[in-house]
Amino acid sequence: MTDSAQREGREEESRRGPGHWAKQVFLRLGVLPLFLIGALVIFTWLSENFLTQRNLLNVVRQSSYLVLVSVGQMFALLTGGFDLSVGTIVAVTSVVGALAMAALHAALPEATFLVITLGCLAGIAAGGLIGAINGLGVALFRVSPFMMTLGMASVGFGIALFLTGGVPVYGMPFAFSDAFGFGSLLGIPSPVFVAILLIVFLYFLVSRTATGRYFYAVGANIQAAELSGVPSRRILFLAYLFCGLIAAIAGMLLTARLETGEANIGSSLALESIAACVIAGVSLRGGVGRLENVVLGALFIGLLSNGMNLAQIQSYLQTVVVGVLLIVAVIADQYRLRLMAADRA
Amino acid sequence: MVWNGEEAPILRVRGLTRTFPGVRALDRVDLDLRAGEVHVLFGENGAGKSTLIATLAGVHAPDEGSIELRGEEVRLHSVHDAREHGISAVFQEFSLVEELTIEENLFLGNELKRGPFLDRKAARRRARELLESLEFPLRPERKVKTLTRAEKQMVEIAKGFRSRVSVLILDEPTASLTERETESLFALVRKLQAKGAGILYITHRMAEIREIGDRVTVLRDGRKIETVDAGSTSEEELVRLMTGRVIDQIFPSIEFSPGAEVLRVEGLTTRSGHVRDASLEVHAGEIVGLAGLVGSGKSELLRACYGLDGIASGRVVFLGEEVNGQSPRRMIRRGFFYGPPDRRAEGLLMNRSVRENILLPAIGTAAYRRGGFLRTGKERDTAAELAARLQLQPPRIERPVSQFSGGNQQKVLLAKSLTRDFRLFVFDEPTVGVDVGTRTEIYRFLAELCEEGAAVVVISSDLPEVLHLSRRAYVLYRGEIKAHLVGEEITQENVLQHFFEREVA
Ligand SMILES: Nc1ncnc2c1ncn2[C@@H]1O[C@H](COP(=O)(O)OP(=O)(O)OP(=O)(O)O)[C@@H](O)[C@H]1O
Ligand SMILES: [Mg+2]
Repeated sequence: MTDSAQREGREEESRRGPGHWAKQVFLRLGVLPLFLIGALVIFTWLSENFLTQRNLLNVVRQSSYLVLVSVGQMFALLTGGFDLSVGTIVAVTSVVGALAMAALHAALPEATFLVITLGCLAGIAAGGLIGAINGLGVALFRVSPFMMTLGMASVGFGIALFLTGGVPVYGMPFAFSDAFGFGSLLGIPSPVFVAILLIVFLYFLVSRTATGRYFYAVGANIQAAELSGVPSRRILFLAYLFCGLIAAIAGMLLTARLETGEANIGSSLALESIAACVIAGVSLRGGVGRLENVVLGALFIGLLSNGMNLAQIQSYLQTVVVGVLLIVAVIADQYRLRLMAADRA
Repeated sequence: MVWNGEEAPILRVRGLTRTFPGVRALDRVDLDLRAGEVHVLFGENGAGKSTLIATLAGVHAPDEGSIELRGEEVRLHSVHDAREHGISAVFQEFSLVEELTIEENLFLGNELKRGPFLDRKAARRRARELLESLEFPLRPERKVKTLTRAEKQMVEIAKGFRSRVSVLILDEPTASLTERETESLFALVRKLQAKGAGILYITHRMAEIREIGDRVTVLRDGRKIETVDAGSTSEEELVRLMTGRVIDQIFPSIEFSPGAEVLRVEGLTTRSGHVRDASLEVHAGEIVGLAGLVGSGKSELLRACYGLDGIASGRVVFLGEEVNGQSPRRMIRRGFFYGPPDRRAEGLLMNRSVRENILLPAIGTAAYRRGGFLRTGKERDTAAELAARLQLQPPRIERPVSQFSGGNQQKVLLAKSLTRDFRLFVFDEPTVGVDVGTRTEIYRFLAELCEEGAAVVVISSDLPEVLHLSRRAYVLYRGEIKAHLVGEEITQENVLQHFFEREVA
């Protein structure tokens, strides 16, 4: 192409105005920026307590669990699947971790640090195991992620209820909740601190390592990836394993906050984490999505429920709103793909 | 242009302009399509041919300009809309639903019904008739995902023929068909032509222009250069119009210096049974051609060596070691490159960038890692260098592959072979949809690989390619190797004779 043609093209772009600009933002980033701006404007208008530093910090702390689970969910989505068992993983982690910690605490009342460490490891191992089983099913036996994770959700939930008989588990050392539930490090609430550490680690993993690149490749076109030497099974397995481990870490943090181990926490997490990812532009077809955006997506959902609480919207209605936004986001995702496809042919 | 008293064209295009961000893919293009003519669109990769026909087929709206159908201006809002107007298109990139059967695909969006229900019997019958009239050997109840690229191409073509058309658009329909299938397609095109339809035909093959073209419109950089008569314009002239320069020789002369054996196959039978008792060998410093009809097993043979198809019996020896049943990942490590024929299905990550695609086979190697992290700077350098070497247009390595023209996507696929130390290069249909100029470059590229001492295998349905590039050629027929030709023996007659053997006799 000649220089002049290129110049013409560029001039044309600059002439196109805000409509074109909004379309480009939408094409590039999806609906999230539009949703975020919308939420900020509406809630600031509805409640004067919304746009305060204290409240926003509160949102960040409350959202850190969802942020973690969503980031894990992103791995499954990137490879073209999803994980419906994240809620169960959180519950199993919570129950197993709490039971282990309570038992150890009773046996070794002095060794608090050891008890907490071992308890956390037990919980995370239990959650990670569910992720590993998901991964084996999807990668090795080619079970559809839908059936595999739905099945494991039922299995895990059953086990969690069986272990606890449906009652909360008490008896963990107080230090556990003090440190991980309510404590802070360098002025940052500990769940936020843990989330930041993990996010930084995962960011480098996803965007700067070969393994990270492979998640995208497998999701974008698993055949082409295999032909190019990508170990697709290992990658599928890792996606669900990571998802499970990260959800398990969130589960331990949540247990610390609640001061009990519970089988009933996390039931809405599967929906919310998928919603956070999709709203953040992660494609349900796999191969597309950015970690930074997923973090924002999860924060957006946190912001949404916080804003609705302040605006005194009933919690039942809140579920409706999240569901509607999820569907809107999926429709927008389809539309976005169609726009991109129409640009090609 | 002066109206010359002839009958008005069926399709008249005036000042058609279409831009993509940063690219003017079409720039005030004029075109007249007369009833009963085959009008060829000719131009380099990225010249705007696909964009032009996509606009005519209702895929996207033009920024400027008008489209007149039989003297009336029309606005086409969708592919469906265009078909209602009698404009039917066969696209370069397939638009088939993998999970559906051939017949379901053929009538998709246009289902045959009886009352409120689908009329499956009628659909099957019509599908069979359609495929028979095209002489495509396909059973309509097969699922599309089980088809090879060429077979999908046939279904795609059949789709274009399913309803009454007054304008048929074909975007490189023969790119993966063999001579015989191409012949039956041409017969159909002639039939339509006789009925007064206008056919807009995109091809990169000179022979086809000679054979069925009436007029040729040459596009370059989104502009119409000229419309000329197909019969009276020489090839050199067409290439000059297309590229703006003179290309004297398409096929390079290659210095073969055959050395050590790189690949040896002994009595290979695949589990699918598509290849039976095949033996061949490939040496360093030579190009070996594999010819045969679609379905002859020429592709499966090397796919089995690469670990893609199961091996029932026989031996594959690569660089002196038996490698039966290894995964592609292992084969890549050993130095075996395989470039698949269907870039969309198996070759490329369409929604990822050129850089990520080119480097996918290599990022696992130490050369691209520093302390566990990818060396993104080096990645960019390599991608940019390879893009330049293969003259990718436009040379934007961060763009998703889906935004490039077909021929340029093919270049991305080829570039993957240069990212690590491969000893054997197998290219399955390496020039599908590649323009003459670029093809010359690709041939040059294959020649250089070979002269640098690599072993190269070219699997191709494009006969001239096998004839001109190979030092030795194997011809397959129904899964068996029927002939092994060396040097001077590789002639069109010799190869073709084994294509159809027995069937003809
Ligand atoms: N979706 C898109 N976004 C940006 N640029 C595009 C898009 N689609 C096509 N282009 C550009 O428009 C130009 C024309 O592309 P087009 O596909 O029409 O070429 P073509 O003549 O069909 O080439 P080929 O012979 O390789 O198929 C190219 O420069 C291409 O990169
Ligand atoms: Mg094209």
